[in-house]
Amino acid sequence: MTTIREARWLKPTPFDYTAPRTLAEAVALLGDPARDTKVVAGGQSLIPMLNMRLARPELLVDITRIEELAHLTVDASGALRIGAAVRQARAAADPAVRHGWPLLAAAISHIGHPQIRGRGTVCGSLAHHDPAAELPTAARALDARFVITGPGGSRIVPAEDFFVATFSTAVDDDELLAEVILPPPPAAQGWAFEELTRRHGDFATVGVAVLLERDSATGLVRTARVVFSGAGPVPVRLSAAEDALVGTGVDEAALAAARSAALAGLDPSDDVHASAAHRRETAAHLLVRACTTAWERC
Amino acid sequence: MSHASDPGRQDGGSWIGRSVPRVEDDRLLRGNGRYVDDIALPGAVEAAFLRSPHAHARIESIDVKAALEAPGVVAVWTGDDVASLPPMLNKEELRTPPGLAALLDPTVRMTPMPLLAGEKVLYVGQPVALVLAENRYLAEDALELVDVRYAPLPVLVDREDALSEQAPLLHDGLPDNTAVAVRARVGDPDTVFASAHTVIGERFEAHRYVASPIETRAVSAQVDPYSGRLNVWSGTQTPHRLREATAHTLGLTADTVHVVAADVGGGFGQKGILYVEELLVPHAARVLGRPVLWREDRNENLTASSHAREQIHSIELAADAEGRILGVRDRILVNFGAYNVTGLVVPYNSLCHLLGPYRIPHVDIDVTGVLTNTTFATPYRGAGRPETVFAMERAMDRLAAALGLAPEELRARNLVGPDEMPYTTGLVDRSGSPQSYDSGDFPELLRRAVAKADPEDVRARQREGARDGKHIGVGFAMYIEATGLGPFETARIDIAPTGRVRLAIGAPSQGQGHRTSMAQIAADAIGVPLGVIDVTGGDTEATPFGVGTIASRALVNAGNATHRAGRLVREKIIDAAARRLGVPADSLDLSDGVVAAKEPGGPSMDLAELAGRAPLPGTPEPTDGRHGTEISETVHFRPPGFAVASGAHAAVVEVDEHTGAVEILHYVVVHDAGVIVNPMIAEGQVTGGIAQGIGGALYEEMVYGPDGQPRTGTYMDYLVPTSSEIPDLDMDELFTPSPMNDLRVKGLGEGGAIAPQAVLANAVEDALRPFGVVVRRGPLSPSRVRDLIRTPATPA
Amino acid sequence: MTPSVPAPRTVRTPPLAEPSGWHRITLTVNGERITAEVESRLLLSDFLRDRLRLTGTHVGCEHGVCGACTVLVDGEPARSCLTLAVQCDGAALRTVEGLAPGDAPLTPVQRAFHTCHGMQCGFCTPGFVMTATALTEQPERPGPDEVADALSGHLCRCTGYRNIRRAVCQALDERFGE
Repeated sequence: MTTIREARWLKPTPFDYTAPRTLAEAVALLGDPARDTKVVAGGQSLIPMLNMRLARPELLVDITRIEELAHLTVDASGALRIGAAVRQARAAADPAVRHGWPLLAAAISHIGHPQIRGRGTVCGSLAHHDPAAELPTAARALDARFVITGPGGSRIVPAEDFFVATFSTAVDDDELLAEVILPPPPAAQGWAFEELTRRHGDFATVGVAVLLERDSATGLVRTARVVFSGAGPVPVRLSAAEDALVGTGVDEAALAAARSAALAGLDPSDDVHASAAHRRETAAHLLVRACTTAWERC
Repeated sequence: MSHASDPGRQDGGSWIGRSVPRVEDDRLLRGNGRYVDDIALPGAVEAAFLRSPHAHARIESIDVKAALEAPGVVAVWTGDDVASLPPMLNKEELRTPPGLAALLDPTVRMTPMPLLAGEKVLYVGQPVALVLAENRYLAEDALELVDVRYAPLPVLVDREDALSEQAPLLHDGLPDNTAVAVRARVGDPDTVFASAHTVIGERFEAHRYVASPIETRAVSAQVDPYSGRLNVWSGTQTPHRLREATAHTLGLTADTVHVVAADVGGGFGQKGILYVEELLVPHAARVLGRPVLWREDRNENLTASSHAREQIHSIELAADAEGRILGVRDRILVNFGAYNVTGLVVPYNSLCHLLGPYRIPHVDIDVTGVLTNTTFATPYRGAGRPETVFAMERAMDRLAAALGLAPEELRARNLVGPDEMPYTTGLVDRSGSPQSYDSGDFPELLRRAVAKADPEDVRARQREGARDGKHIGVGFAMYIEATGLGPFETARIDIAPTGRVRLAIGAPSQGQGHRTSMAQIAADAIGVPLGVIDVTGGDTEATPFGVGTIASRALVNAGNATHRAGRLVREKIIDAAARRLGVPADSLDLSDGVVAAKEPGGPSMDLAELAGRAPLPGTPEPTDGRHGTEISETVHFRPPGFAVASGAHAAVVEVDEHTGAVEILHYVVVHDAGVIVNPMIAEGQVTGGIAQGIGGALYEEMVYGPDGQPRTGTYMDYLVPTSSEIPDLDMDELFTPSPMNDLRVKGLGEGGAIAPQAVLANAVEDALRPFGVVVRRGPLSPSRVRDLIRTPATPA
Repeated sequence: MTPSVPAPRTVRTPPLAEPSGWHRITLTVNGERITAEVESRLLLSDFLRDRLRLTGTHVGCEHGVCGACTVLVDGEPARSCLTLAVQCDGAALRTVEGLAPGDAPLTPVQRAFHTCHGMQCGFCTPGFVMTATALTEQPERPGPDEVADALSGHLCRCTGYRNIRRAVCQALDERFGE
């Protein structure tokens, strides 16, 4: 839905390049009002746009050599912190990620191919924000918090405020996404990530991330998260579907209610690959499948 | 078929028929291939084209001043700068064969293409200006500075609007937007249709998709400082035509232009035609006195290199109560795009392949090609056959449904039998002769395909009902393909003084492995080991005459030329050896590169010894110190008619009613291409063709908006299938030899691509029988499948 | 750097009027240390092909889909069209030319593409070969899904993929045992 069709060229416009060693340097460069700057990390989203001359920066600031952005750690609170220089393949292979945030690892495994994931960064994909992409959807489902650093220091933005519109986020021109923080997962949480793609590795026609937390006392759903990709200009969290699942045992009635909520609540658009109706119906179908899987994993 | 385990010839056997591993591979695997863009031309200028952003517009002004001042720019040209050169017109492709002209009097309108658009642009992507700069980056910088003012004109995209009174006229010199029109009738179709037991009528659309070779087009040129010749390297399938066109356009004689199709990264027809870039780049090299290189980028390739396939068939079949087809009527509308580039080639292929393997006595086929504001359409692997087979094979399934017959049974009742060969259809073939199927066993093709696909098993599973909304279905499709198009192809064989054999053929390779398969033919014909043969293809100096690698013709034409040249060279070698050895020629034999007496213990002589030292046959022993024998033969093979290849495909698919996703569970192909020279290569050709057909059936479409803007102009949106989308194939073959040539071969480069769209559409429709859908067009994307399920079929 | 390391080969910059900034990079290509001046915007694919004349790395789409330009960057397959040359300062690159230099015997991966007929026009082949090479260099045999995932990062228009899959399987068999 948000892929690029207007290509007329395939070599970038002229720009300058620098690879600062510290975050402070990077922020200082981004804050230069005289130059149109752009952050590059893995480049797997940006460089196609550079080649097609759709992005035309004057200065590229490469943040992959900044040590303080290279961390992938679980902090004292149990939260996962992923620095902006961390490549997707590294995150997906990390044992702590696979154990604590399997939804994230699964989402990454759906991104393109290993040739892309080996270069692309987690934060780069989030900051690029293609709403058909996997990571924004996963981050929204996982209640990610985004550490945005700029001239005035750092601020933390929650996922519901981070994604603004297609290719647009809360990160201002003089800022960069320095880190994403995923809160510690609840004890009994099941997850699923489902998508329909045209070809293996393509952006999703439509996709869904589901997290279900089982109440240990009742054995029923205590909390639910349902977020769709490819269903709007941002990852779409559908609380009506979540409400239909909470307090249930994810039985047929609950699934039917969730499905109805998706059919009623989603308003995707048409494009050359799929009609809006197809996206809506498929999203609802994938939701049922994902809920079933997530509940089995609880 | 086995290969790889069979790396070479066993003693005494022939090379033909063996899966000889390719001699091409080592070089390519080491990164030593030389595709056009890999050929070092020190000091080369790089070209980039400014292309029209409008589908239809008048050019009001072009200002190149800022572009000329941009860094690294050598020249900027517009239509005015090349106005002295004639527009491009490939008369060879647009020529109507005399027989066809006499019998059917087709309309073929000429639309010469300006090298750079001067007054009007007719499609998005049409070249408007050419920038020549020190590298491609700088050239693209400068392109952005060319200021073109366009006055947009009404846009014609829908081919069905092209002939309406209100349609904008594309070419000022023409009375309307018709590019070609031809009609053929056999028997008395109107009477048959009026009285038939069952008549079905449907409208089927073949959608637009493209060849998309992984190497885009490229051309470079340099005036050779030593010889003064103009050297042109192009990723072309038809180098000799390019030589002629270059010479004509630039006002040169053909012998001062040398075209080389070096390594070519796939062509599939898209590189078989002429393009204006191929003429402008050599022109620039002459004007600038510097080498010039142009490599198309992917966006250009998708939007501005030739497109293909877009047709509408309004087809009717009439049958009796037993399911015998009595007649067919088809009105075919072909979208030519903005120019008539290849005339009758595609429309007439569609016309004369519609009947396929079926015996249909009464025929009325009318084809019209129309011009629209889209990129020009030309032959792409199959060239009108996939489109027409889609219509006919879909119609067969609709007729089977109407008659309550299994689709394979309906087909079986209507096939031409092997005892009817040669079979004449009553139509006229593409060369203007009565259409004749030279050979084949269509019932056996179908029998084997049915045995492999096991439709009764599929139907048993259908009766058990869908699991999780997943529906299984089976489909069949058959085709014939007239292969080995003339007029001729050239092979030249020289025995070098070292005893090595040099074979040059007019047809270049774009991956077909000619260096291996042609060497196999030559080795057998001459009687030398494969390893002493060096093959060159597509170099206009090596073979001054030639046609090219298009239309499933290379093996038939170049192969038989090679075979004949090899036999003649063999005679010359034996004669020369007889003279040297002082024995009668008929006492000698040549095998494995050694001429030896047939009787044990007699004299012998190897090729190096002979070619290095023996005198010319028929000439006296030289006395001037010169020695060495020139043994050489050139043959132009002219096929007497088409060698008809054939095939039956079957597919079993599973369709998810919820997502619309189609999964291929089993893909069967049974094909017949006569004698097979290299089974490994042949299997690769069939497999690759089917993969392209699956791409067209399920994934690929070049979509235009109503404004004439292409909407799938990148590889993110134009979906070439990956390994994950293409299943392994279940393949079988017949080897019905062609009586049309000495090698008894048929072409098979295109065959695989002909049936997949039809067979997958048939299988999907079968799977969705509970929903009563009719599949009328592809690609069968999940969204389109869901649309079919959601909307009940309406009668056509 | 120890004194025994030979000075890197210096690749001369063509005399161009380049409007963007230039940078000196030092990197290893197929084992050879190279230093070069590159424009900021120069794609790694163009650096390899035009500056180093390593034309075995092919360019098929320049937007990261076809995979023909795949090379190994620090051992991992990457699209050289989606990488700037300047980003590779300090990196170790391997291209198809480095697998079996000169007349060295083909590697098992190259050999398998030959014996299985996993190539026709050969244009996409170097990219596939580099990805397959990385698969064979993993510590353990990658599973079928991982292999399929990696191969799906490449487009081939000639072969229909079947023989490419067979070739990669054969190379993995040779490396890890069947």
